[in-house]
Amino acid sequence: MNAAPTAVYSPRSLATALAVLADRAPVTVLAGGTDLMVELRTGRTQVASVLDLWGVEELRFVRAEAGGVRIGALTTITELRRQPSLGAWPLLAACAADFAAEQIRNRATVGGSLGTASPAADLGPVLWALDAVVRLRSRDGVRDLPIPAFLLGYRRTARRADELIESVWLPGRLPTERGAFVKVGTRDAQSIAKVVVALVASRDAGSGQVTAVRAAAGSVAERTVELASLQELVGRRPDAAALLAVSRVAASRDCAPIDDVRSSAVYRRHALQRVVCDMLTSTLEVPLEDG
Amino acid sequence: MAFVGAFTRRPDADAKVRGAARYVADLDVPDAWLGGTVRADVARGRLVRIDRDPGFDFTRVVVVTAADIPGRNVVALITDDQPLLAQDAIEHHGEPIALVAAPDRATLLAALAALRPVIAARTPCFDMEASAVVWKRIAIDRGDVDAVWAKAHRVVEGTFHTGSQEQMYIEPQGCVAWPPDRHGVVVVRGSLQCPYYVQKALMAALDLPAERARVVACTVGGGFGGKEDYPSVIACHAALLARAAGRPVKLLFDRHEDLAVTPKRHPCRVWHRTAVAADGTLLAMDIDVRMDGGAYTTLSPVVLSRGVLHATGPYRCANVRVRGAVVATNHVPYGAFRGFGAPQTCFAVERQMDRIATELGMHPVALRRHNALAPGDRTATGQLLDDSVAAHAVLDAVVAETGCARMPWRTQKRGRRRRGFGVSLFWHGAGFTGSGETKLKSRVAAAVLADGRVEVAAAATEIGQGTEAMLRAIAADSLGCGAADVALTEPDTGRAPDSGPTVASRTCMIVGGLVAQACRQLRDRVGGDEARPFRDRAAAFVRDGGDGRVEVEYHAPPGIVWDEANYRGDAYPVYGYGADVVEVEVDVATFAVKVLRFCTAIDVGRAIQPGLVRGQIEGGSLQALGFGHLEVVTTQAGRLRQDRMATCIIPTAVDAPPMRVLLVERPFQHGPFGAKGVGEMPADGGAPALAAAIEDAIGIAVDAVPATPERLLAAWLQTHPEEAL
Ligand SMILES: Cc1cc2nc3c(=O)[nH]c(=O)nc-3n(C[C@H](O)[C@H](O)[C@H](O)COP(=O)(O)OP(=O)(O)OC[C@H]3O[C@@H](n4cnc5c(N)ncnc54)[C@H](O)[C@@H]3O)c2cc1C
Repeated sequence: MNAAPTAVYSPRSLATALAVLADRAPVTVLAGGTDLMVELRTGRTQVASVLDLWGVEELRFVRAEAGGVRIGALTTITELRRQPSLGAWPLLAACAADFAAEQIRNRATVGGSLGTASPAADLGPVLWALDAVVRLRSRDGVRDLPIPAFLLGYRRTARRADELIESVWLPGRLPTERGAFVKVGTRDAQSIAKVVVALVASRDAGSGQVTAVRAAAGSVAERTVELASLQELVGRRPDAAALLAVSRVAASRDCAPIDDVRSSAVYRRHALQRVVCDMLTSTLEVPLEDG
Repeated sequence: MAFVGAFTRRPDADAKVRGAARYVADLDVPDAWLGGTVRADVARGRLVRIDRDPGFDFTRVVVVTAADIPGRNVVALITDDQPLLAQDAIEHHGEPIALVAAPDRATLLAALAALRPVIAARTPCFDMEASAVVWKRIAIDRGDVDAVWAKAHRVVEGTFHTGSQEQMYIEPQGCVAWPPDRHGVVVVRGSLQCPYYVQKALMAALDLPAERARVVACTVGGGFGGKEDYPSVIACHAALLARAAGRPVKLLFDRHEDLAVTPKRHPCRVWHRTAVAADGTLLAMDIDVRMDGGAYTTLSPVVLSRGVLHATGPYRCANVRVRGAVVATNHVPYGAFRGFGAPQTCFAVERQMDRIATELGMHPVALRRHNALAPGDRTATGQLLDDSVAAHAVLDAVVAETGCARMPWRTQKRGRRRRGFGVSLFWHGAGFTGSGETKLKSRVAAAVLADGRVEVAAAATEIGQGTEAMLRAIAADSLGCGAADVALTEPDTGRAPDSGPTVASRTCMIVGGLVAQACRQLRDRVGGDEARPFRDRAAAFVRDGGDGRVEVEYHAPPGIVWDEANYRGDAYPVYGYGADVVEVEVDVATFAVKVLRFCTAIDVGRAIQPGLVRGQIEGGSLQALGFGHLEVVTTQAGRLRQDRMATCIIPTAVDAPPMRVLLVERPFQHGPFGAKGVGEMPADGGAPALAAAIEDAIGIAVDAVPATPERLLAAWLQTHPEEAL
């Protein structure tokens, strides 16, 4: 338990919010509170003062931009499921469907997920696989960072104390691409991932060659990680044996899982390999050798 | 009969649904201080002293240690070995050492942090197989098992393990205590199942006669056995603080403290050796049961007792040897949890039955049918089963519903998602074990009020299971009045006689039976023309000076005899029976188990409130399935690893499979309207049926629960080493 914060700022505009951040440091940003309130309760996080973003409507939007889509930081997980304009990025809705439960989804935000930068976050792998770019804004201007440059380590990001996560931008997708999202949790609802993987892949309709693969995983290292070994597939026409082989390489090289209260390193590594192999098989439409 | 067997509105439903029910934390107690507990941070040691941080002003708070206990420093229950506050020896992590009361939460937390117990650590024991200290041993012998082995067609052996399990009632534990009033009466209100257990503990700790220790159960947000013994600890702590502070004290656990220190299901290991004939007949059963009791005796002897008495399953066998032991470790004491030892031994015997079926190439349904108890059979303790025996009936019911007797068993499956089914057959003794009820001599009173309504006084607690609706239906039909004409007293030791604890699937059969008896006597006494409303006749009867109060006491049904010393005779007045069929799909990529369908047939004798009985069966079954594959409760250095709801996983509504509940009613002649018990039985059969279904689906032996994906993967890699990374 914690002492109550000394001040809570509830601005209505982005400009005021940025001013608070610049002038009132140290101040802790609060969005939906579904991570922060838990942190405060356990005493892991201490806060002096709080900047409550909930009333900053400027951060609550989804709009087309530069051939892709820009999603405001205050967009909730529920909105990821419901927004028709996100239809071209079905991984978002797939991820949102497995996320917590209704009440949490109504409060939990995209910005909050990025802000916490938990290695178990469901959105991390999805945003990574979709080549998302995070926009940070301070009174001095904006910085655009691709996800790999933003997620630095265990609950550690490239955000400066005077910056807000303003939005994320996702590039448009090609019609040949297929995506898959798999969350392996401890149960069917309200569970934190033991392994979570998002994958986008495409192959050339004519040659059958793999043209692109991007996959990232959560809960298998100290932060969301890319399954970089899968790049081996690009330019090839893999069969089932090749997918099995490459998934084994990825599970060995691209992650560093640990034993913890939710699962074991052995399980995480094997589940990752088996799930990735299956995801590749379905997205690349590779025929199975046998049952 | 207007109410028994029909739907009546739960008296407690309206307030609970509207959020108006007052749980202990909701009680508005003027001037109350908050209580808290200083705990050991090692699993074993010797308490050297308690240092006080000189920087904290201790005049702002009240501190209680073992030296301040006016009575005996024990949690009075079965064996008085557990201190209320550690004095010298520390036997488990989180053991209470000192208590603090403070005017507000911030001061309380500061004071708790300023009290620093100095403990000389000792080497703890966490391995029940290695423990040399035995809390209780039990032996059951029938026939001569050793004469059978050589003659048997097959001898099948197996060792089975079950893990601990957390009750996860919705409301954490808590009590409020008041200091002695001007008559010297100490009052405690709390979230508890057994007011008279708490009273007994208070009397010992505060050195009070019964009339000065008054205990009232508040609205209780679930118990599942978890609020059987532990409230005695909290109540005594709160009462000690209230006495020292001279004002009321609220001692309320948050979820973390509750998870860390309250009793959970006993981890258990059961070994089986069974001799079978070629046709599947069980010739001899040799069974060894070992349970981890934790650091103090608490309820372990009775948990073991129920465990060993259910160890053979509902099967006929002429030669039986059961050896049971519950041993000491330095774990937080394990305690009561729905099923009370039976889910553990039921898991083992049902898995052993599947193993035998596989060995003999018999269908698991056929093997069970061949051996299931029937009227005229005797149990391992020699009890003759002549009334209300429904083992075949429940098995037939699930077989008819699911067609599982024709499903192929343990055929090779292919593909990523593989399906399988499993079946279990089980029984559960209704009421206290052995002579428990005879010793308890439960009492219930019924009295006509001036307006002709009848007040039924019992200490049975409504813990969400529907006790009030059930007792009211029994009372109304016994009196021949309307349900609204029956009032139930609060479970208050100051007002209700000791009708025993709300445990052991006993409330309907035993307390309900006493309510029926008292109400029938009252009905006879009031008399008059039954065409006239009972209420009018009753009001006139007391107006005319009639004695409108009846109090009755429990007597065992005739012919029920138990020999405690030799574990012979009638272990329970009667048994309920159940059968489960579970169908699963196992994903061999993740080893996640999805329960596709669940069907259960439960014989309760008579369903007094069928809707509530179904509710009990669905909830208990879901807990049993959780026990089977989801619920992991483990410790590290004696400390619970799953220390929050985010990691202490139980099934949610989304995880609940479609459930088909079949009520089988084989009335018991000595139960109220034929009723037996229902509370615990659904906890028995889910885990073994689920384990069998997993085994059927993916072909690996599931001898231990919870069958988590991690465990299944490890077993899979043993048989598929080429898949290992
Ligand atoms: C019961 C429960 C279930 C959950 N289930 C899941 C699940 O299934 N999957 C999953 O991935 N997560 C889950 N979570 C975690 C949590 O819901 C998510 O991480 C969520 O996205 C956090 O968003 P929020 O708006 O609530 O963040 P908050 O708690 O408000 O903030 C989180 C962190 O980000 C910072 N922050 C927030 N917004 C900004 C911003 N715009 N700029 C800069 N910093 C910011 C805050 O300072 C804080 O450090 C669960 C949490 C709970 C309590």
